[in-house]
Amino acid sequence: MGTEAIAQSVASDRPAERPAAKPVARSPGYDSYLRALRRRALSIQAWQFGLVAGFLVLWEIAPRAGWINPMLTSYPSAVARTFMTMLQDGTLATHTWVTVSETVGGFGGGMLLGLACAVALWWSPYLYKVLDPFIVVLNAIPKIALVPIFYIWLGDVASIYAMAIAVSVFVTILMLYTGFQAIDPDKIKLARLFGGSRRQILYKIVLPGSVPTIISALKVNVGLALVGVVVGEFQAAKAGLGYLITYGSQIFQMNLVMTAIVVLAVISSLLFVIIQTVEAIMLRRHGAPR
Amino acid sequence: MLQTGPFPAVAIRDVTLNYFTPERETLALSNVSLDVAKGEFVAIVGSSGCGKSTLLTLVSGLLTPSRGSIQVDGIEVKAPSPRVGYMFQKDTLLDWRSIIDNVLLGAELLGLDRRRARQRAEELLKRYGLGEFMHSLPSQLSGGMRQRAALARTLCCEPELLLLDEPFSALDYQTRLALSDEIAAILSAEGKTVVLVTHDIGEAISMADRVIVMSRRPGRIKSEHKIAFPSFGAKRPTPFEARKCAEFPQYFQTIWDELDLHEVH
Repeated sequence: MGTEAIAQSVASDRPAERPAAKPVARSPGYDSYLRALRRRALSIQAWQFGLVAGFLVLWEIAPRAGWINPMLTSYPSAVARTFMTMLQDGTLATHTWVTVSETVGGFGGGMLLGLACAVALWWSPYLYKVLDPFIVVLNAIPKIALVPIFYIWLGDVASIYAMAIAVSVFVTILMLYTGFQAIDPDKIKLARLFGGSRRQILYKIVLPGSVPTIISALKVNVGLALVGVVVGEFQAAKAGLGYLITYGSQIFQMNLVMTAIVVLAVISSLLFVIIQTVEAIMLRRHGAPR
Repeated sequence: MLQTGPFPAVAIRDVTLNYFTPERETLALSNVSLDVAKGEFVAIVGSSGCGKSTLLTLVSGLLTPSRGSIQVDGIEVKAPSPRVGYMFQKDTLLDWRSIIDNVLLGAELLGLDRRRARQRAEELLKRYGLGEFMHSLPSQLSGGMRQRAALARTLCCEPELLLLDEPFSALDYQTRLALSDEIAAILSAEGKTVVLVTHDIGEAISMADRVIVMSRRPGRIKSEHKIAFPSFGAKRPTPFEARKCAEFPQYFQTIWDELDLHEVH
């Protein structure tokens, strides 16, 4: 790879964030550079599409050709049929809605609780010193181990929310607290010089200055909350995609399991796209260099 | 230009400051006394770690001396006061606020009259050539423009005393020279009392009426030098002109020798 190719790959890593400059007179060199850039983007998309298509074709052929046991893998065509049936009779919508609402609820709860705790720890360094080892240990515990306890204590609905919150809250606390500590001390000194109270420093300097950290916490948590919900549903639920997966595997209905997994993949992608959009909007309003 | 009121603008009397860390006790300042007259521009130079910035923090009221007293305009300093303005090495502009909202931060925190503050902020920004950037974000401005916006933020609350903590040292050399000229002009036009802390001897000599040299830790006042440029005439030269005066290198040499910089590793 020559330096030119490297330069091009560096340039192509920054997609159309900047509005294109007003067309001056383009030199032939620049034209061919743009063409190469477009070709590169197209070939990447072609590869991505090809990989998916290849995977599906292989998945369809391998069981039929007897390379693997169809009982274990099902076929894409069978999964698609199950998907369509469940879509038509409305069961898919019901289960998806249950999982999505639990995820959003758990995610919001984890975020709010984490934010409140992080603010409390920032407010009182003494409290932080006291609680620090506990938070670290609680964060390290595999939360999945708590599923049966939550089920016994909280029942089949609340335990799922509790799981989603438990999975995300400690990471949130640690991330946000670290972010609060990283605020430029001179900015806090500035507010104090203007007679700012601790409350004013929190609202005018620390929280707005931590928006990028809060957004990274959102990104991490949206995935974690979904994990918490599905795991909670394995144990407790009467509905939801996690329930479909356990149920499907118990009656050896791989179509059902695969359908639920595909829907989960779609949900997590959608949630991620939503968070990314929020991130772009917030960071732009927050004075990130453009 | 210097007014002789009943009190000096700043009176520092026998100030000593100890600070404690789990590892050791540090004597940061030892028996420092200094008067600054109203309208005077005093520069404090010293090697890094000599406590010159600590002295400024004490005058601002964010720290209390272990012994001794500090008065601003005859009033004992106990907490930060709007009569004292402070400028940092970094501009400390808040990235998420527009320039005008940054300038209004002080008024907001102090609970001053919004409309008056806004009027003054707009006026200051226009005067400093930032009129068309009022609604821009700090990230869209150059380093020199950002530091001018920080000055506007400091002056918006109309302080009588300005504490400058190496406000030019984060800038590149050309910007630093240009901006020190601009800021010297602004400050002398407004008749403010200024205490500038810097490690840049040239900056101190070119801007100040008086240069205070501090020794290494524990910080004490080692010597002071009244700065005058008789070769330039009766008027005070701008910092840029001062650097070209015949007296400049002499002051520079004297202060350089006193700083013992060659012993610093």
